[in-house]
Amino acid sequence: MSLWKIAWRSVQQRSLSSLLTGLSMALGVALVIMVLVVYGAVEQQFRQGGEGYHLIVGAKGGKLQLVLNTVYHLSQPIENIPYSYYKEFTEGKFAAFTEVVVPCCMGDSYLSGGQTYRVLGTTTDMFDRLVYGKNSDGSPRQYTFQAGRNFKSANFFEAVIGSVVAAKTGLGVGDSFQPAHGIVEEGDEAHEHQAFKIVGVLGPTGTPNDRAMFVNMEGFFLLEGHAKEAPPEESPAEKKDHDHDDHDHQAHDHPASDGTAEAHDHEGHDHPPAADKHDDHAHHAHAHHDHDHDHGHAHQPLPESQREVTALLVLLKNNLFSQGLFTRINEGQVAQAVFPVTEVETLLTKFVGPIQTVLLALTLLIIVVAGIGIMVSIYNSMSERAHEIAVMRALGAGRVTVLAVVLLESIIISLAGGLAGVVIGHGAIGLMSPYVLAETGVLLHVLSFQQQELVLVPGLVLLATFAGFLPALAAYRTDVARALIARP
Amino acid sequence: MLELSGLKKSFVEPNGATLPILDIPQFKVAAGEQAVIRGRSGCGKTTLLHVIAGITHPDAGSVTIDGVDVTRLPEAGRDRFRAEKIGYIFQTFNLLEGFSALENVLLGMAFTRGGADRGRACELLEQVGLGHRLDHRPAKLSVGEQQRVAVARALANRPRLLLADEPTANVDPGNQQQLVDLIREHCQSEEVALLLVTHEPTVAEQFSRVESLESFNQAVAS
Repeated sequence: MSLWKIAWRSVQQRSLSSLLTGLSMALGVALVIMVLVVYGAVEQQFRQGGEGYHLIVGAKGGKLQLVLNTVYHLSQPIENIPYSYYKEFTEGKFAAFTEVVVPCCMGDSYLSGGQTYRVLGTTTDMFDRLVYGKNSDGSPRQYTFQAGRNFKSANFFEAVIGSVVAAKTGLGVGDSFQPAHGIVEEGDEAHEHQAFKIVGVLGPTGTPNDRAMFVNMEGFFLLEGHAKEAPPEESPAEKKDHDHDDHDHQAHDHPASDGTAEAHDHEGHDHPPAADKHDDHAHHAHAHHDHDHDHGHAHQPLPESQREVTALLVLLKNNLFSQGLFTRINEGQVAQAVFPVTEVETLLTKFVGPIQTVLLALTLLIIVVAGIGIMVSIYNSMSERAHEIAVMRALGAGRVTVLAVVLLESIIISLAGGLAGVVIGHGAIGLMSPYVLAETGVLLHVLSFQQQELVLVPGLVLLATFAGFLPALAAYRTDVARALIARP
Repeated sequence: MLELSGLKKSFVEPNGATLPILDIPQFKVAAGEQAVIRGRSGCGKTTLLHVIAGITHPDAGSVTIDGVDVTRLPEAGRDRFRAEKIGYIFQTFNLLEGFSALENVLLGMAFTRGGADRGRACELLEQVGLGHRLDHRPAKLSVGEQQRVAVARALANRPRLLLADEPTANVDPGNQQQLVDLIREHCQSEEVALLLVTHEPTVAEQFSRVESLESFNQAVAS
């Protein structure tokens, strides 16, 4: 009969006490598992969000803010950069270094069910040429569509929405939505733009893009308040093309009908080329105006002189260019460049990491308390078990043997509780997974084990050894003769 | 086989006074011999068995079993010696409640170099008439059955010496004789020396050698 079996019989004999102490250990371990897995998933999502391109270029200001609103669709967008600067990356002085440059125009949102979703104006390259994160085999992840397709450059009022947006709002391919000007919250008076037609729903990416809506940048530019004031020398020509003051918009074809620039259908607000003179269109929502326009012609793209973009996602031809380009951009007066990976790392290290550390410390404290519970439980049983230990000693068990039996008992309870905790923890993750995915876009897998979990087993054995040491010492010191004489 | 020489043991009373319990100049039991020790309650019978078994260390003297002076062994050595050479039957059986009858017998073998021999344990339980109750816990066994398990456990390691401390004290008269017969037969068949402590005259009178503790323990005699 092995010492393990002797210890196990002792655990069984005090089944209720063993069960309760084991359960407290299980709950502690389950909490640690949940913290580890959730943090691991959040960390992965954060990292994935910043992958797929080398640089983010935006207006000068806070680097972290630029990353937060460009990658994570959080915080307020900072100022815009000129469209001409964007062209420098596609056709100008920086073009030789770049593989893909995706402009992002921010400042609009869509409110549904009390939840605000960011609306970004961008180009088709966002989903056709950029990738995000990596598969388990190291290959880059391509954007996929769970329904529909990417929007087309020629169809100004087409849109693609993230998987979480689709799940939460019920919007799908063929539906239309009207973005609101500014980042609106529930209760805000919002000025709604004309509608975009959804032509695609992205497959889940586990990135913040799951919670965003992407519209054709050309349509975005044409929305009210999104054109900056035309330069004086261009005004006459531009006004000739785009002044709608004399039109009646009631008869105007709208994008909601089929999403193309040729067939708009909106209900009365002035048109973007009229240059509503909102320089910081990203920062506010407009009061609603009643407009009574009517025109039946196709939309023309907004002149480049009136365009601005909020940020650029820059994928370089070679990573070797990144530092040089980074320096050149930042030395200039127009914009700043940031390495998203670096900023994400900073974000994780400075903000997310400490939170995880605090949570882990708290949950580890629960495990330690559970360990103390085991110690108290076994120690309290020692007086009634003194006779039992004395009998074992009389049968030839040495002091070290009875000490080992008590330690093994502590280890059995800890490990059994710990393993139950692993199952409970991952089970809880599995139960939470659909809710978390729907609410945040963070994908939690039941079996998403973290490396730190491997430390749990030796950690628990160590803790159990400490917890069992005091009662084991009591067993070690049992006065055999006296305990044998005493009635059991 | 067993030889006690100049053995002394005393305890310190709560008031600080020394209370001599054992003072045995000489006492011997031959190999395979069966002897009974009688004595009034509190005269040191159990202490004597504890000293022989190496559970209690004497103040002076030697306890030689099979040529080994147990008192000279370190504690771990005494434990191992006890596990392998000495069987012990307690007055209150002292079966472990969490273990089945078979496991209690296996426990008696668990602390030897050879480890537990399941076949031997089953065989012994068969011999004491409990082959059909191997998996029963002590609480599910009658008092007589519990004491038979205790006998099987004491004999499990094929000891050279069996110490029995009032083995019939808690057994009803009907079972007493059966138990004594069981112990004696097994000791005889396995050539185990038996030192049985009892205050039951009906038990003692069955043995050819009956010693009164007072007759060779000077601490009590004085």
